[in-house]
Amino acid sequence: MAILKTNKLTKHFEGVHAVDGLSLNIEKATIVAIVGPNGSGKTTLVNILTGMIPYDSGTVIVSDTTHRLKKIKPYTMYSYGLTRTFQEVRLFDQMSVRDNILVVLTKRKVIQSFFETQKSDYTKAANKILQKVGIWEKRNELAKNLSYGQRKLLEIARALVTQAEIFLFDEPFAGLFPEMRKMVSHIVAGLKRKGKTVILIEHDMDVVRELSDYIYVMDSGRLLATGTPREVLSNKEVREAYLGT
Amino acid sequence: MEYIIHLAILFVLYAILGVSLNLVVGYTGLLSVTHAAFYGIGAYATALLSTLFEVPFLISVLIGIVVAGFFSFLMGMVLSRFRGDYYALASLGFNVIMYSIFLNWASVTRGPLGIAGIAKPEIGGVLFSSNLLFLLLAAICLVGIYGISRFMVSSSFGRVLKAIREDETVITIFGYRTLDYKLVVFVISASMAAVAGSLFASYISFIDPSTFTVMESIFILAIIILGGLANIKGSMVGALFLILVPELLRFVGLPNDIAGYMRQFLYGIILIVLMLYRPQGLIGEYKL
Repeated sequence: MAILKTNKLTKHFEGVHAVDGLSLNIEKATIVAIVGPNGSGKTTLVNILTGMIPYDSGTVIVSDTTHRLKKIKPYTMYSYGLTRTFQEVRLFDQMSVRDNILVVLTKRKVIQSFFETQKSDYTKAANKILQKVGIWEKRNELAKNLSYGQRKLLEIARALVTQAEIFLFDEPFAGLFPEMRKMVSHIVAGLKRKGKTVILIEHDMDVVRELSDYIYVMDSGRLLATGTPREVLSNKEVREAYLGT
Repeated sequence: MEYIIHLAILFVLYAILGVSLNLVVGYTGLLSVTHAAFYGIGAYATALLSTLFEVPFLISVLIGIVVAGFFSFLMGMVLSRFRGDYYALASLGFNVIMYSIFLNWASVTRGPLGIAGIAKPEIGGVLFSSNLLFLLLAAICLVGIYGISRFMVSSSFGRVLKAIREDETVITIFGYRTLDYKLVVFVISASMAAVAGSLFASYISFIDPSTFTVMESIFILAIIILGGLANIKGSMVGALFLILVPELLRFVGLPNDIAGYMRQFLYGIILIVLMLYRPQGLIGEYKL
């Protein structure tokens, strides 16, 4: 069953075709990798899917709900079970590590959040996720004081704690030490086991080969190839255009 | 003694203004330069209702809160279109508009002549005519506003405000309609400033537009930057500092003919040195 579909999705930036008639069909409980050279439109696609930028034409269908042109708002996409991380880590820097987690656990409506004080179940959930990614000892530090790898892990933890259905991870392995990469790899595989869907934007083809069920290769905003890792990585066109072999 | 009580009342009024502005600037990261406008709305509400209709003090305070809340809601809707420096400039524009109204709508506000003869507060048969009693009333208001502010910033609401300050786009992606949060905090902050305005009008018994200029907004901003952004106590420390330091400089023993200038000079130097060595303010938690 498809949990996320796009149909002829298009986005232009001043004449540049960032996303050009892109049609995706992402099945529930799979890990889908979107690969491609820099500037191929991967991050633009994620930004569209999370409502950060409007698109020019086409449709996005999430959990059987069709979103049409410019109707996507970031806060509504969250309610359809989408969450994400960023290529350049974006944390709430001058808040503590634990507050970075707690803030996304709380009530969304203003009035409800106004009268909601610190709840022990939120704190427990925050502690649990911080332990899972190995930065619980840093819980009272400001997020800005974490190392690059720890920041990446905190951003992933913030996404995980939301219990979203679809996780869009934009280069989650970039710049991580081997043990951290192993942990993230384990987390991504675990999400699939729990029936969640993961969309990985990734350059590292070893990771893609190891984790993904399906690959979309983008080039200049279009799909260059699609298929299982074996199919895509044996595709001559892909190897020439992307892998350089 | 009267002098000290007078300073204490000024401290309390500016502490209310500082605490309320800190909710918007320190916690939410919205650089508002319009607080004096809401301060003025509260002051004019009490002044007009007291002198023209002899409305009881508490009712005039409530009306001031409602009027300030209404204007801040409209202003908040407009300001939500701006971010960063543009937000500051647009909010400053609102202060200029309100000042112009106070100054030029002479048939109501008496323009530059101001409104005199504003009655002292009377609540439940108690007339707060002495400065000491007035200080008590103002202090009760400060405690109430401090308590509400503490409650707000320690709730989930306060945490979302901080997240808006840090990265509004990201917190939106997590399902928060940030406009709602920004509007609510802006309206609450403006309503608190209106309370300070009502107290000020009834304390001084006379108001004119010169108290509610952009310079006054900048002074309140200086209080919270100096005391500490995103720290409720910091607003109070800032108010204490900026009210007391000019007064303490009176006792430095400067020659009479240059005392006034020298006090201003030293005051400026102290502010510059503090900002150099404590850019986050005396007890602040956040740096602009």
